[in-house]
Amino acid sequence: MKKIMSGNEAMARGAFEAGVKVAAAYPGTPSTEILETIAREYGEIYAEWSPNEKVALEVAAGASLAGARAMASMKHVGVNVAADPFMTLSYVGVNGGLVLVTCDDPELYSSQNEQDNRHYARFAKVPMFEPSDSQEAKDVIKLGFEVSEKFDTPVMVRSVTRISHAKGIVETQDPVVPPVPIEIKKDTAKYTMLPSFARIRHAFIEERFLRLKEFAEQFPGNRMEINDPTIGIISAGISYQYAKEVFPNYSYLKLGMVWPLPKNLIGEFFKRVKKVYVVEELDPFLEENILAMGFKPRGGKNLFPICGELNPLLIEKGMLGKKFRPPKPFFKEPLPPRPPNLCPGCPHRGIMHVLRKLKVFTAGDIGCYTLGAYPPLNVINSNICMGSSIGSAHGMAKALGDKGNGKIVSVIGDSTFLHGGVHPLMNVGYNRSYTTTIILDNRTTGMTGQQEHPATGYTIRGEKTHRIDFVELGRVLGIENPRRVNPWNLEETERVIGEELEKDEPSLVISEGPCTLLRRAFKKYNKPLQVDSTICIGCKTCVNLGCPAISYQSVEGEMTMTADGKKRKGISHIEASLCPGCHLCYQVCKFGAIKSQEEKPIFGFETM
Amino acid sequence: VSIFEQGERMEQTTTNILVAGVGGQGVIIASDIMSEVFMEAGYDVKKSEVHGMAMRGGIVTSHFRFGKKVYSPLIKQGEVDVLLAFEKLEGLRWFNHLRPNGKIIMNDHQIRPPAVNLGEMEYPRAIPDIIRSKIRNFYLVKGTEIALQLGDERAANVVLLGAISKCFEVNEDLWLKTILNYLPPKVHELNREAFSAGRDQIPQT
Repeated sequence: MKKIMSGNEAMARGAFEAGVKVAAAYPGTPSTEILETIAREYGEIYAEWSPNEKVALEVAAGASLAGARAMASMKHVGVNVAADPFMTLSYVGVNGGLVLVTCDDPELYSSQNEQDNRHYARFAKVPMFEPSDSQEAKDVIKLGFEVSEKFDTPVMVRSVTRISHAKGIVETQDPVVPPVPIEIKKDTAKYTMLPSFARIRHAFIEERFLRLKEFAEQFPGNRMEINDPTIGIISAGISYQYAKEVFPNYSYLKLGMVWPLPKNLIGEFFKRVKKVYVVEELDPFLEENILAMGFKPRGGKNLFPICGELNPLLIEKGMLGKKFRPPKPFFKEPLPPRPPNLCPGCPHRGIMHVLRKLKVFTAGDIGCYTLGAYPPLNVINSNICMGSSIGSAHGMAKALGDKGNGKIVSVIGDSTFLHGGVHPLMNVGYNRSYTTTIILDNRTTGMTGQQEHPATGYTIRGEKTHRIDFVELGRVLGIENPRRVNPWNLEETERVIGEELEKDEPSLVISEGPCTLLRRAFKKYNKPLQVDSTICIGCKTCVNLGCPAISYQSVEGEMTMTADGKKRKGISHIEASLCPGCHLCYQVCKFGAIKSQEEKPIFGFETM
Repeated sequence: VSIFEQGERMEQTTTNILVAGVGGQGVIIASDIMSEVFMEAGYDVKKSEVHGMAMRGGIVTSHFRFGKKVYSPLIKQGEVDVLLAFEKLEGLRWFNHLRPNGKIIMNDHQIRPPAVNLGEMEYPRAIPDIIRSKIRNFYLVKGTEIALQLGDERAANVVLLGAISKCFEVNEDLWLKTILNYLPPKVHELNREAFSAGRDQIPQT
């Protein structure tokens, strides 16, 4: 049957057709929909959101040792978290097939770096397949399980945003029954990486690598398309499609497997075409390995950028050089940008407002709240990776000593905290620093589109389960008196954070405000607020909350005066259709110009 | 003859549609629907967009392409045949991606970006006039206004799909059937009207 599928949906389908039994992941753009699709469509597969990618890969590894086909999927930086088990899993190998999907994010649409995870395949000495469309995405997942079992190796499949989030037509098939029985099998010398056993396995993976090189030579997904023999392009993945779009008549060596590389086939291509170019996104991975084989391409990263994603125009520009004529623009004026921002009613906004007022250094983390680095909030001062806020705030406090007391805060979301923040907070409790940690508990994984985690009380399939209590957890980790705040109550939030900052001991504040988009957490939203245009003096205090519903609009003529005669250049306006009624603007307005339609004053929402 | 004098060209080459708007406007679902329609009509289709950072309020674009065989899911800059803009500023932002003889269908609707909300920049004035002065085939559609009159602002994307459907020789019923498949039965009647109103916005020439 033909269906339109995204690359992620196709990879989920591939797992189903391969007879996968266990699939684990931690959400991360652009990988999230792989496991979401499995959970929604393929009930046969056990699916879980693990607390982080390391756990997800270990879960898959255990399932594989039990004989099941297992898959772990994650974004590129997630593989860094999973790298510890992964590097040694290469030694252990598999019993049932194991595929690790990495979804890279060239152009950093929603990531903190632009790393090229093809290096991981070389680093861990495992095969890597790279699809160039949805159909191939499904196919390489299925093939990956066969290769995994045949060669006793974990297999990597690499996608990028333009594969994962692009759609194309896919031919579906029925699932297969995997060949390996699911049972307890003890094979201690293979499964237990003690030095004496691991030395033997290292020799095994070197020998395995030679057999994989042979496989790469024969693999039909590495194919030559000989057309015009004067110019040949070596490419893989999405870059192949871009190049084919612009230069359909050139010859191609299309690599469906990017590690290990087929040396003989590459040599053959150099013989059959006159000028060879390597077209690849991000690092010169193919190019450098081809150069190391002794072949000399005419062009590669001297023609195409390393930074950012490729596209058909960049490939045309690189290949044509001086002959390239860019399309003529219709319009050249600069336009107002439209960066992403915190939603109207977002619980993080109150915390950001208070931290800005307290003038602290705020170590940020991975999540929507990192957007608080942008104007007008300008609150987040650093951010590295999942969980980094707490450790870096602690280190900063230790370096500053008394100079930094009362000035160092870290903010971290609930899901991010459980992913990578528990150990750093344990460290704060153990090695005692005065830093104040704020867990922004919005009861979901917000930025990736609302996934469950160990503190929501639900599994990926919506079953009720144990729910972590952050206050209890904080105490266990050595924070004696964790405190809760309602982030939509600015007076309370400022008082509590202020008190905790003053203490010369570890502090933990839990901001309890669910994500405004998480419908199930709200009994109801409130009526929109309104600006009384006779009172507003245009001071922009409410505008500087950075709420998309609030705008500053210039005024002319009669409107340049308030009812009681104060001069003004503009006034605030609240767009009713966008306002869920969180009442933050109501609290910050010193002039009483923002009017609530509710009967009693409220701070945020009635939540469940 | 449809306003797109490309009945034959469609058979030979790939047609490129860029849908641009703001997070929350229904850009992605609109391009999903177009993909289904053209696959059902027998074409190869590809589409690409970026999800992630912008749950709400950021720029959303979706590249949609159909033809006999489609390679790239991204449209080459300067080769957009139809720009379907859900918002005026976003229409202007992606204007340079249009072919010299391309068409723009633009929702007559304005969503202020943060710098405009803060009073630091102005929302560009007279966007339709800027575009009209440069290209011949420009259609300003009252998508949001019509949807509001029908009782649900969210139907604006269906009004716009109605408008763009008029540009291709694909059966009107196939469009409608595909659109309604995406929606719960209680809003079918409203969206039927939205689609038809959208079609009426584009003149038969």
